[in-house]
Amino acid sequence: MSHTITAPETSHESHDEHHGPSGLLKWLTTTDHKIIGLSYTITAVVMLVIGGALAELIRAQLVTSNGHLVSFAQYNELFTMHGSIMIYLFAGPFAFGALANIIVPIQIGAPDMAFPRLNALSYWLYLTGSITMLLGFFTAGGAANFGWVGYAPLTSSLNAPGAGADLWIGGLMLTGFSAIFTGVNLVATIFYLRAPGMTMFRMPIFTWNLLVTAILILLAFPVLTAGLIMLYADRHFGTHIFSVAGGGVPVLWQHIFWFWGHPEVYILALPFFGMATEIIAVFSKKPVFGYKGMIFATISIAALSLGVWAHHMFTTGVVLLPFFSIMSLLIAVPTGIKIFNWIGTMWRGEIWFSTAMLMAIGFLITFLIGGLTGIYLASPPLDFFTHDTYFVVAHFHSVVMALVLAGMGGLYYWGPKITGYLLNERIGKAQFWFLFIGTQVFTFPQYILGLQGMPRRMAIYPQHPEWANLNALSSLGALLIGVSTVLFVVNIIVSWKKYPAGDNPWDAQTLEWFTTSPPPHHNFYRLPQIRSERPTWDHNHPEHKAIAHGHHEE
Amino acid sequence: MRVEAKLLLFLGLFFGAMCAVYWTWSLENAGGVMMFAGMLLCFLPGSYYFWWSRRMKTRPEDDPNATTEVGAGVVGSFPGSSIFPFLLGMGSFFVVLALVFGIWLLIPGLALVLWALLGGTSEGRRGGNV
Repeated sequence: MSHTITAPETSHESHDEHHGPSGLLKWLTTTDHKIIGLSYTITAVVMLVIGGALAELIRAQLVTSNGHLVSFAQYNELFTMHGSIMIYLFAGPFAFGALANIIVPIQIGAPDMAFPRLNALSYWLYLTGSITMLLGFFTAGGAANFGWVGYAPLTSSLNAPGAGADLWIGGLMLTGFSAIFTGVNLVATIFYLRAPGMTMFRMPIFTWNLLVTAILILLAFPVLTAGLIMLYADRHFGTHIFSVAGGGVPVLWQHIFWFWGHPEVYILALPFFGMATEIIAVFSKKPVFGYKGMIFATISIAALSLGVWAHHMFTTGVVLLPFFSIMSLLIAVPTGIKIFNWIGTMWRGEIWFSTAMLMAIGFLITFLIGGLTGIYLASPPLDFFTHDTYFVVAHFHSVVMALVLAGMGGLYYWGPKITGYLLNERIGKAQFWFLFIGTQVFTFPQYILGLQGMPRRMAIYPQHPEWANLNALSSLGALLIGVSTVLFVVNIIVSWKKYPAGDNPWDAQTLEWFTTSPPPHHNFYRLPQIRSERPTWDHNHPEHKAIAHGHHEE
Repeated sequence: MRVEAKLLLFLGLFFGAMCAVYWTWSLENAGGVMMFAGMLLCFLPGSYYFWWSRRMKTRPEDDPNATTEVGAGVVGSFPGSSIFPFLLGMGSFFVVLALVFGIWLLIPGLALVLWALLGGTSEGRRGGNV
């Protein structure tokens, strides 16, 4: 049964609460973007907890130079599955599956995603893909153990004969299709379902970033999925695409993987940039500084991101170093513009240090550290020196932990819109300090260890007992991050339906704060006139209406 | 629709230029082909949108002065709850598991996929009007 939806203000009947199935059947059969988004959120947070638990085991193993907590084989599984879970099953789906699903349609005044049943299918493919990958732990040979990047020839049937490797490949295929379908859905929704007056250059930055992310998904994910099919064929059908023995080229896998993998970094990052932008503007009580500059910076990052993949392959000796170095260094320019604009948005603002804002500021600082160390790695001479050391591990953990900070900020900021209830601010702030300090204590020793030459992915280091203190410090940081996650779970339990949020608890600016919390089925009972990128602010503060770009008040 | 088209065309042009520089400089085929395909993927919908945007009237969402009343009427037809996405997802799950644990799992997998495709299609045909 489908519903013909009329625009808000013409009929309230079609927007009344949908009387479909209830209980478990409701979750299995829903096509409502908000419930699908909530399913994504819950699954992604569970993946974060599982991936985080594996990280704690890794750090526990490395506290001493000759740890015996796990065997070498188990250690290989741990770092492979930690990376795989965090990148494939948490960070991406949380950004473009969870929060985007819930927020984007409401931010542009749409009743739902453009293809609701495809949206539901995306979620089920994500869930089953996640289960498939995790099933590896329950097979005789254990889970995949060749690193989250799956380099050939480690992935050959000779080197990784177990079912765990095939489950890793199968899980990635399912989640890959899930991402592609979500990308199609986001582009169609943003192009075709915007409310009257919501021109492209009035869309919130979060929605803009998700549009660019969706285009990147469509460019990058099919390449990975094709590569996985080739890998499976190599393992089972006797082809030799990635094996030297049959005339294949192992480094081709690296080209294919990183052609997906580096845009994937921005597929992960851009949605979180969008979250931070929204939070910083709202809690500084100002419009986004340099709104169009932010959008063009996002587009520039996406455009450049397709030409930087081989900076991960500098040490293979078969890539064009100047091209990839120049392209990678260029990305610092639009990223710098973004950081300048975030600071500009806060500048002389009336800053409210809520948990969400603290998380956004924590993101800004941590991302700056991760971004700057990325510039070092874009320079081949420095990369030759630090490649495959803990310096690289520290760099990308600064980046991804910055995204976790922004994501947590997003949950504190939009959580009340999704659930109708606020989270406890005091516990939230304690969570922030554990997460922020834990991240720095976790990564800084790793930068030094990397510069001292400690290679990544080693389970013991008995020849270098002098590395033990810094490793122990890094493990303490990981523990603090673990405590922050526990505090988040505690906060959800403590705050459960305790602090009603109201429609707009933050006096926020964008369209999602115009509707009720949580929004009704098909999102809006009525819409305001949209005359700027801050329609809710314009409606609530007619005395401070936004001025069109390029115009000045008389 | 003009902005949407320009966004895709700009990305396509950029990828094309990048591809030309990269391939002539490096003569490396894998990256060249992938960037060329990226260019095509942007040009395909981008040129269609551009062509179409020159022939269509300004949509309410593209008009900066549009009022909410202009958008009144039918927005679209949205499906209600449906079990078929779940069944298709489960079918795909079994098909992938068949690649790992045994070809016999294709039987429930393909059965679920077929059921979901037939059921979903007929459900779509029964749906409301746009």
